[in-house]
Amino acid sequence: MFKNRKLVEWVIPIFSKQNTMIRKTVSNVNEALKGVQDGMTFMLGGFGLCGIPENAIAELVSLGIKDIICISNNAGVDDFGLGLLLQKHQIKKMISSYVGENDEFERQMLSGELEVELTPQGTLAEKCRAAQGGFPAFYTPAGYGTEVAEGKETREFNGKMYVLEEAYKADFSFVKAWKGDEAGNLVFKGTARNFNPCMCGAAKITVAEVEELLPVGALDPNDIHIPGIFVQRIFQGTHYEKRIEQRTVRSRS
Amino acid sequence: MLDKNGIAKRIAKEVRDGYYVNLGIGIPTLVANFVREDISVEFQSENGVLGMGPFPFEGEEDADIINAGKQTITTLPGASFFDSATSFSMIRGQHVDLTILGAMEVAENGDIANWKIPGKMVKGMGGAMDLVASAENIIVAMMHTNRAGESKLLKKCSLPLTGVGCVKKIVTNLAVLAVTPKGFQLLERAPGVSVAEIEQATEGTLLIDGEIPEMVL
Repeated sequence: MFKNRKLVEWVIPIFSKQNTMIRKTVSNVNEALKGVQDGMTFMLGGFGLCGIPENAIAELVSLGIKDIICISNNAGVDDFGLGLLLQKHQIKKMISSYVGENDEFERQMLSGELEVELTPQGTLAEKCRAAQGGFPAFYTPAGYGTEVAEGKETREFNGKMYVLEEAYKADFSFVKAWKGDEAGNLVFKGTARNFNPCMCGAAKITVAEVEELLPVGALDPNDIHIPGIFVQRIFQGTHYEKRIEQRTVRSRS
Repeated sequence: MLDKNGIAKRIAKEVRDGYYVNLGIGIPTLVANFVREDISVEFQSENGVLGMGPFPFEGEEDADIINAGKQTITTLPGASFFDSATSFSMIRGQHVDLTILGAMEVAENGDIANWKIPGKMVKGMGGAMDLVASAENIIVAMMHTNRAGESKLLKKCSLPLTGVGCVKKIVTNLAVLAVTPKGFQLLERAPGVSVAEIEQATEGTLLIDGEIPEMVL
């Protein structure tokens, strides 16, 4: 039985060394946001106030950096989420699909203080995923024949019209996960997942904040939603408010 | 004439066994309340959940489990969560069988406008443009006229479009209509509503073939 062993070792080199995982942990939000500057483009995860990187937003407010371009599905509400950055006039341009819950946003947009690029939600998600996956652009039927397609290349495939949309280019991605480990592996919870996974690895630096930061090995590899390779910095978040926008309930009777 | 629940009740009859359904915000959300309980149906919400259940009992709300209207929801056994890109793969890839959404205007060629009133309201299109551009089976749920009493079923949309030539069926407080190459085909009248009233409230071409039955709810 062992007669051929030498042959096997020669054909299939044996992988026997064990390196340690690459650690992505930083000690706090301040360290996690090192390098952010005026005029940068940021991706921020979340849908409404669900799954937003609360700690990163608070830090951006306290750093006071200006002229930010934000790629985020929504713009928060007046006193929470990206609304906090809008209050301080730190955002130059918002790239979103829906901005309906924010009066200050509407005021700044109508007065021309704030540039707004409205993008169909699926296109927004895909422009992030394209950046993550190395696609410069893709065709989508969304927005064909509407003002969203103005100035963009269109093309017919199998009798249907499509619009060419380009991948985003961003400096930082700020995402929020439920659990993460020191190697940067992430697990999301419920619909707080939303845009967060699509934005991981879609910017030059991805910063993940988590509710629970675990040691390497604590997460089952089968359960990981986003592998650590897409994350450069991870930190234990604090004081999550997790505000509910529309508290809808039914009675027990 | 129907109220919002009546519109939802009529649309619920279009939901078939085995359908994956995306419900928009407003009247479409109500449809879930009227779908027959003896068929298998899964509701998708584009923020990343399939198998949406009813609102939670008071005290059981979870900020991490919401629908696209940002309302707290529950999930049913067998439900799944996924990211936004995957969610729109379901929609763009035509894996969702039926899309029900609201509209400000629908044109007789199937164009739809529901995301912007220039100079007045700019909330954004959310997922509506993706939904209408890809769904094979789109039903619009809306009132037949706007608050000013003007028809929302037009020859041509006056507002910025959400999608072109995509609406197949419309259920309003007055009627059920199909979008055909020749115009709006009147299929059913709401209880107590006459054909003349529907004609009066429809600016676009209205096709009336023979006796128009009253809706069965």
